[in-house]
Amino acid sequence: MTAAVQLTGAIAPAVAVQRLSHVFPGPRGGVPALADVSFAVRRGEFCALIGPSGCGKTTLLHILAGLIAPSAGVITVPPRRNGRLPTALVFQGVSTFPWLTVVENVAYGLRVLGAPRAEARARALALLARMGLEGFHDAYPHQLSEGMRQRVSLARALAVDPEVLLMDEPFANLDEQNRLLLQDELLRLWQADRKTVLFVTHSLDEAIRLADRVLVMTARPGRIKTEVEIPLRRPRDFRELRRDPAYGALSARLWDELRDEVARAEGR
Amino acid sequence: MSTDRERWLAAASPVLLLGVWEVLSRSGVLDSRYVPPPSAVLATLGALIRSGELPAHLAISVRRILVGFFLGAAPAVALGLAMGLNRTVRALFLPLVTAIYPIPKIAIYPLIIFYLGVGEASKVSIVAVSIFFLVLLNTMAGVIALDRVYFNIARAYGAGGRTIFRTVAWPGALPAVFTGLKLGMGFALIVIVGAELLGSDAGIGFLIWQSFQIFDVEKMFAGLLTTAALGWGATLALDAIERRALPWRPWTQL
Repeated sequence: MTAAVQLTGAIAPAVAVQRLSHVFPGPRGGVPALADVSFAVRRGEFCALIGPSGCGKTTLLHILAGLIAPSAGVITVPPRRNGRLPTALVFQGVSTFPWLTVVENVAYGLRVLGAPRAEARARALALLARMGLEGFHDAYPHQLSEGMRQRVSLARALAVDPEVLLMDEPFANLDEQNRLLLQDELLRLWQADRKTVLFVTHSLDEAIRLADRVLVMTARPGRIKTEVEIPLRRPRDFRELRRDPAYGALSARLWDELRDEVARAEGR
Repeated sequence: MSTDRERWLAAASPVLLLGVWEVLSRSGVLDSRYVPPPSAVLATLGALIRSGELPAHLAISVRRILVGFFLGAAPAVALGLAMGLNRTVRALFLPLVTAIYPIPKIAIYPLIIFYLGVGEASKVSIVAVSIFFLVLLNTMAGVIALDRVYFNIARAYGAGGRTIFRTVAWPGALPAVFTGLKLGMGFALIVIVGAELLGSDAGIGFLIWQSFQIFDVEKMFAGLLTTAALGWGATLALDAIERRALPWRPWTQL
């Protein structure tokens, strides 16, 4: 099946994944999470990855971020350069360190990479200003709203100036209105420096609103089932987008691809 | 979130109890030779403080607790962190810890005296032993209960073992360490007073024991009151240190 799908992004890709498989060790031979996943993400592309719960989306991101060594296959990410990370991962859910202040959280990656304290702090402060979090530098995460905490996580990832930004359902815990705000914010930041983004979500709307291209995964063990280009004009205004007939068509198209997989994931 | 009424009741109940006690004792309903009125206990307490007898005993007990506390807590935190972080270390030590932990520590005291004699070393050791396991188990549980995502974040930014320890495991486990220290403080008090009752020539426990031997009931009550105050003060001190050490916790006003 994978071979039948012509995957774009093969020319000068920022991320290339070839025949990637992963099995989590366990009783009875382990649990296969990913089976023969191949795709590529172009430099500067915003690529969304969508699939039913438990299809291995998070596992895939963790492999790309270097947290898990895959059982088989080849991944290619940009080479590591001095003081920069090739990839930075924005985690799902609670992902700010509660024991660090906002500015310490944002500077965390830079400090780990060895940046001097003053330099890391200055860079963190600049990013916080860019994300509308001035005045909260010395607050602790528990004093912030969920939306602000997610901004802090995003700022921490951007602080290390990664070539590829990996995002694991970063807005899943937010209410609808805050999610729209943060999507706007993310698009604004992305428009400004066109980082390569691989964005995992389970929301069709989110995928269409944000991405240039949506990769659809199958139920576990996850494979790339198909990809759908999102040819909507940018910048994408929420209201205009909702009126665009193409939006509805894309949503229907994605759901067609996804429906069977979700049913399969739910126990056939 | 206590209301004014609750606060008033909390202050009123001990005052009321003391008042009733005073009246019963003075009126002869209670035999004041056995249950002296609170005013007499307070007078004795005042006299003991002025004579320097009580401060001397108190200082000795406090020093034993502090030294024992430090000697017990420091290795407990270190081993607790190691056991929380490393499965091998955990597998190696956990059976030993679970086996020794439930033994009432005061029951080990004769053995400690046998090895270390009746001097300061045995007093400090019994305190150290009694808090060691509480702090150890709480610290270990604190590390284990830490959300894996924090370790993953650190690793995703390329943090090595030492950085993960310093920026994730230690700060993340610190609240649990304090839980262990606070529980341990209670046990330290029980154990040190108990040890001083059993075999000692100084300390609050000794003061209570000595008063018993000469049937000085007022002095016994004064000793008990001092022990209560000591526990209360220790709790306040630990709370204050905890708030300073953990500014990031959502402290509620009590």
